[in-house]
Amino acid sequence: MAEPMRIRAMMAGDVVDVKVLMNHPMETGLRKDAKTGQLVPAHFIQEVTTTINGATVLAAELGTGVSKNPYLGFKVKGPKKGDKVVVNWTDNKGDKNSAEATIG
Amino acid sequence: MNALRRNVLKGATGAGTLAVAVAAGLLKPTQALAEWNKSAFEAKNVGDAMKGLGISGPADSKDITIKAPDIAENGAVVPVEVTSGIAGTTGIAIIAEKNGTPLIGDFALSGGTQGYISTRIKMGQTSLVRAVVKAGGKTYTAAKEVKVTIGGCGG
Repeated sequence: MAEPMRIRAMMAGDVVDVKVLMNHPMETGLRKDAKTGQLVPAHFIQEVTTTINGATVLAAELGTGVSKNPYLGFKVKGPKKGDKVVVNWTDNKGDKNSAEATIG
Repeated sequence: MNALRRNVLKGATGAGTLAVAVAAGLLKPTQALAEWNKSAFEAKNVGDAMKGLGISGPADSKDITIKAPDIAENGAVVPVEVTSGIAGTTGIAIIAEKNGTPLIGDFALSGGTQGYISTRIKMGQTSLVRAVVKAGGKTYTAAKEVKVTIGGCGG
């Protein structure tokens, strides 16, 4: 059901540069299946929450306008090497995925 | 089941009016419990999307930088980077003005998160890409035009 997610979190000075690549079709609900001519139902990530050492740093709500296999990059000041980054997402069908990484 | 429970708890504390609406049968519980900002994301124009986000009349700001290609050959994947130089930035929303549903994403920044978001968006046609920044209870905005040439030639 849920494909793996990739997280990279690297310190650059006193800021950690976090890059998240999620695996998701991000169907808008407007695309027609080439073979059947039927609309492909909407299927997209709605919420992405990122925590570092348990504290929320980014709470994102996404719409269908985010590209397939969504990429998110952001920067957080304060964390240190070895701190734990956890990313959770939920899509419009209620599927969830979670992954974690250590800041390097 | 855990998620439902979590939503129920949040709904109970944060959304008194919604609870009333549910009790009155005006809304299905599943709709009322969703945290996702349905009205903003399903809005068909920029004004309604902003209304859904609770934003009215954001001030133009030169402290917001939008990095995106001038010409995007493939509208399905347009890299967009928003940097806010406004102190105390707590939120960034990205809007592709001429998309069928313009609101792309709404990002709440907390902790030590900087005023910066990088992502990739879909664009149906040439349009302004607008960033709306929330900082210190005020809203600011900036926009950049991205030309979309589907198929990669001409335009």
